[in-house]
Amino acid sequence: MSEQPPLARRRPIDPVLEVEGLSKSFGERPALREVSLEVNRGELLALLGPNGAGKTTLLSILAGITRADSGRIDRANGEVGWVPQQAGLYRRLTVEENLSLFSRMEGVQDVEATIERMLAQTGLAERRHDQVSSLSGGNQQRINIAIGLLGDPSVLLLDEPSSGLDPSQRVRLWEFVAGLSQAGTTVIYSTHQIDEASHYGDRLVVLADGETIFDGGFDEMRRAAGPRPQGTAADPENDFVRFLHKRGH
Amino acid sequence: MRWLLLKDLQLLRRSPLVSGLLVVYPIVLAVLIGLAISRGPEKPRVAFLNQIPTGTGLSLGNGAFSQDEARRQLCAKIECVDVSSRAEVEQKVKDGDVLGGLILPPDFISKLQAELSTNGTEPATVDVIVNNDDPLKAQLVDDRISSLLTQANLLISEKISGVAGNYEQILANGGEFTIPFLNQTVHILGLQRSEQILNSVAPTLPPAQRSQVTQVSDFARLARQNLALANDLLAAVRQPIAVDKQVIGGSVPPLDTFAVAVAASITLLFVTVLLVSGSLALEREENTFTRLTRGLVSRTGLLVEKAVLGTGAALAVTLLMLAAITPFESISWGRIYLIIPAILLAGAASSGLGLAIGAAAREVRASALLAFALALPVAFISLVPSGTVGKTLLDVIHVIAGAFPFRATVDALSGALSASGPALGLPLLHLALLTVAYLVLARLALRRFA
Repeated sequence: MSEQPPLARRRPIDPVLEVEGLSKSFGERPALREVSLEVNRGELLALLGPNGAGKTTLLSILAGITRADSGRIDRANGEVGWVPQQAGLYRRLTVEENLSLFSRMEGVQDVEATIERMLAQTGLAERRHDQVSSLSGGNQQRINIAIGLLGDPSVLLLDEPSSGLDPSQRVRLWEFVAGLSQAGTTVIYSTHQIDEASHYGDRLVVLADGETIFDGGFDEMRRAAGPRPQGTAADPENDFVRFLHKRGH
Repeated sequence: MRWLLLKDLQLLRRSPLVSGLLVVYPIVLAVLIGLAISRGPEKPRVAFLNQIPTGTGLSLGNGAFSQDEARRQLCAKIECVDVSSRAEVEQKVKDGDVLGGLILPPDFISKLQAELSTNGTEPATVDVIVNNDDPLKAQLVDDRISSLLTQANLLISEKISGVAGNYEQILANGGEFTIPFLNQTVHILGLQRSEQILNSVAPTLPPAQRSQVTQVSDFARLARQNLALANDLLAAVRQPIAVDKQVIGGSVPPLDTFAVAVAASITLLFVTVLLVSGSLALEREENTFTRLTRGLVSRTGLLVEKAVLGTGAALAVTLLMLAAITPFESISWGRIYLIIPAILLAGAASSGLGLAIGAAAREVRASALLAFALALPVAFISLVPSGTVGKTLLDVIHVIAGAFPFRATVDALSGALSASGPALGLPLLHLALLTVAYLVLARLALRRFA
């Protein structure tokens, strides 16, 4: 997978989201420390980091679910779409009923047309009358993302979207996400899969202990990690672990 | 909120077990309660074995007490199941066909007769066969048997009092008297006539004898006057204690109405609490809570939507139950203008409880378990009547029961269903306060959801 060319490329600079000095603590434990970020239109940004690094907290704050203790967030016009890690769907309702319910709650003007568009985009038009519980994890995740897109957001936030999916479902998911990015939607996602981040991300932001320790492309991070030890295979995961060790994590 | 409500109804439709339960539960409960009320309290079935020889009766002076009369009076109070042997009695009690067995031994009448003649050596006894497999049943049998024996003893004492009163009349006023066993009738002069005779002969006697006759005449007069008092005493012995019942507090609805109100309250509480708590917990279990409350609906709005769902379900289910019970028990549908507000407020309070449970629980199964664990004992202790437990314990029970909507629901529905039930104002106010308190609790508990 790492030998394939990236699906998305860097976009022209057109910031849709600017974050400056974002901090958040849970009790005595700091979850984010002075995190700053600027994301451009159509950019695919991967948030990486070990467990407890602050990835989900950052996404929750950007989504408006959690309030930051300090810092500033500037958004360009347009909604921020949110896709939780576990699909937030009514499993006893059909695909169409879920899309219809959330469209109406989002206040979408033309509900029917929006449903058709989402069904076409997710490739699930033929399964529109199936209950969500009967869909595979990958297809449920597609509907999960489609619901995040109902408000036609300029920024889409995905929290570990590929967790629990098998390899072929993951490939289909990333093709779908890359398609969104190419259509101009900014996508910020958290992941533990370094190969996915290196392959499908335009840019990587690495968090550790609530701090940004890297912001740039994968090749840049690999260079920062230093030379591979002799006898070690070319592997993005090894490169990432080496990078973290070098930064003391 | 409209779309969320429609979604919840759609989910209910997709869950045949839950929706079936919502419809079937009140109907089944209503039919059971209806049958129980309409058939009234049944006489206990008792296996009855009479081993007394045919024709033997209790002889009480001029009066008598036949076997047929005794059986008629006994079987008016219990359902006598005639059996032919002691083994059959024991088998029927063991099988649960009858509540107990009653055996009148062959020597019962002779022993009783001897006892009444004051020359009996051992008391007349009846044999009672019971099955103590259930403490409640054992208590019921004990109570019934004690009651029957008390009534039988009272009946015999009434007969004896009657006979004694008759003797006293003959002794005082004179008359015919049939000697028991000899069947011989003799004439008794009586104290009154004796006094008259003595008074008439006294003037003809010499002074010394006259004085003696006058003393006997005075004794006859005094004895007659005191025997008149004995008559009153015998009447008092027949019924020494009279009851003068005065109601000093509490408006009591008819027992049938109270039973309907209790059944409806149980249905309303269980259905509403389970539905609402499950529905709220489901939002978390399906991971839709965060999605919904991220700008689509406020947390308070979500709670209100669930409360509306629960209150609507409470109204539908309770009205369905009352309709199902109507063939068995007359429901005052003319009081519907009181019944509906009572159900709505009871539904709102029960929904509030469901919301607090659903907000505290993290998943549907936990919420259902919590709902049962809370609702069942609360319903039970709310029905503990005053006077059956100590004052301190009763105060504790009142405080606990007051914190839950069941007792207030029973009072509100009793008041709404019957004009003689409790006043509606206080229970409705209680329910309204509980609704607000539970909504606040649920709103606070929702902070844990994010």
